[in-house]
Amino acid sequence: MGGRFTSPTTLDDALVATADGHRPVAGGTDLVVGTRQGKWSLPEDLVALDRIAELRGIAETADGLRIGATTSHADLAGHRAIHERWTAIADAASIIGSPSTRHIGTLGGNLANASPAAETSGPLLCFGAHVQVRSTAGSRRIALVDLFTGPGRTALQPDELIVAVEVPELAGAGSCYVRLEFRQQMEIAVVGATAVVTLEGALVRDARIAITALAPTVRRITGAESFLVGTDGGPEAAAEAGRLAAEAATPISDVRASLEYRRAMAAVVVRRAVNGAIARALGEEVGIPASASLFGAR
Amino acid sequence: MRYPVTLHVNGTSYPVELEAGRTLLSVLRGELGLTGSKEGCDDSECGACMVLLDGQPVNSCSYLALQAADRQITTVEGLASGTELHPLQQAFLEHGGVQCGFCTPGMLISATALLTSNPDPTEDEIRAGLSGNLCRCTGYVGIVAAVQAAAAELAGAD
Repeated sequence: MGGRFTSPTTLDDALVATADGHRPVAGGTDLVVGTRQGKWSLPEDLVALDRIAELRGIAETADGLRIGATTSHADLAGHRAIHERWTAIADAASIIGSPSTRHIGTLGGNLANASPAAETSGPLLCFGAHVQVRSTAGSRRIALVDLFTGPGRTALQPDELIVAVEVPELAGAGSCYVRLEFRQQMEIAVVGATAVVTLEGALVRDARIAITALAPTVRRITGAESFLVGTDGGPEAAAEAGRLAAEAATPISDVRASLEYRRAMAAVVVRRAVNGAIARALGEEVGIPASASLFGAR
Repeated sequence: MRYPVTLHVNGTSYPVELEAGRTLLSVLRGELGLTGSKEGCDDSECGACMVLLDGQPVNSCSYLALQAADRQITTVEGLASGTELHPLQQAFLEHGGVQCGFCTPGMLISATALLTSNPDPTEDEIRAGLSGNLCRCTGYVGIVAAVQAAAAELAGAD
């Protein structure tokens, strides 16, 4: 029996449906759009998640943020605490697709889709996010770094749903997500980079750097991170971090850019992301989204 | 398998029976006869199918109709009051915002959403607000001017 559709209002009912073979749809900005593009067929049986109130919303917790899986990109982009303390997430959420994509598309969907070019993944990886996962069999917590297993592939089982994303706070950190884009809207990252830095006096005490659309998954570059620690994070240090990240990148050639161009631009976007994160850690104003603010920056 | 649901479009309730895979656009045009929303690319690039769902813009070509059940849907047919055009529609006419007209319904819907959330947008904000809508006549200058004029008109009406 195919073509079943259910639209529950509780998570428990949704989990029963996924255990029974229904596949989840939230905003449909990847799942349904992909069927229109002929990438895949719509799953036979669907469970819609958009009427489950407990899956949506942003809450501040003792450790940071708890973001419900069906929270929209627009909700993230407009959230004051995210602007102030998790700024790179706002940089990313505010440039996904179009206004329609941002209102309908969800954070959980963005992560479950596991695109190597997903905007929100780099900032969340750098902040050390975990996803809370549920099924009728129980719950588990997966570090985001372990969620992504390849392009479009995750560690989720077919009956599991992401229910929330936990994002620790890094006190005093400055963060920045930058993408190279051929236009500022309706774009997918040609390459992207996230930097999250914490300063101690004039020197970098902690650094996290992630690259986007430069490897089979969005991933952190520990070599560039450890290099940056102990430096002043200035132009030369940022450039060297960019060079190290570009060296570690494993990009592909596709319709948007060649491998060589991506690798060359990796150095540029990582440098800009570090510059932006340092500036924000120092309390300087870098407009959101940083991609537009830093466009043309050296 | 077909599911009986009610779609609320432009203030009218329509009982329909739908299969899970039906898109909102196909139901608006095929079942309800509301052909103002257009099918352009059919995969969320061009915005000709844009409608409001509970006041927010959505590409109806790539949205499941069953997910729109019991929500408030606004199409371009819902903008005018009787024979009186919405200020945005009037401004599109007066400022050359319509060339071939195919993108116009989606442009009007996105502009409506923009002016609801931001009644006094800058030109950059207008361009960002309409970024999910393509005009293949490239009539963007007239479209932006029309949105600016409508914003001024609506501000004056308050």
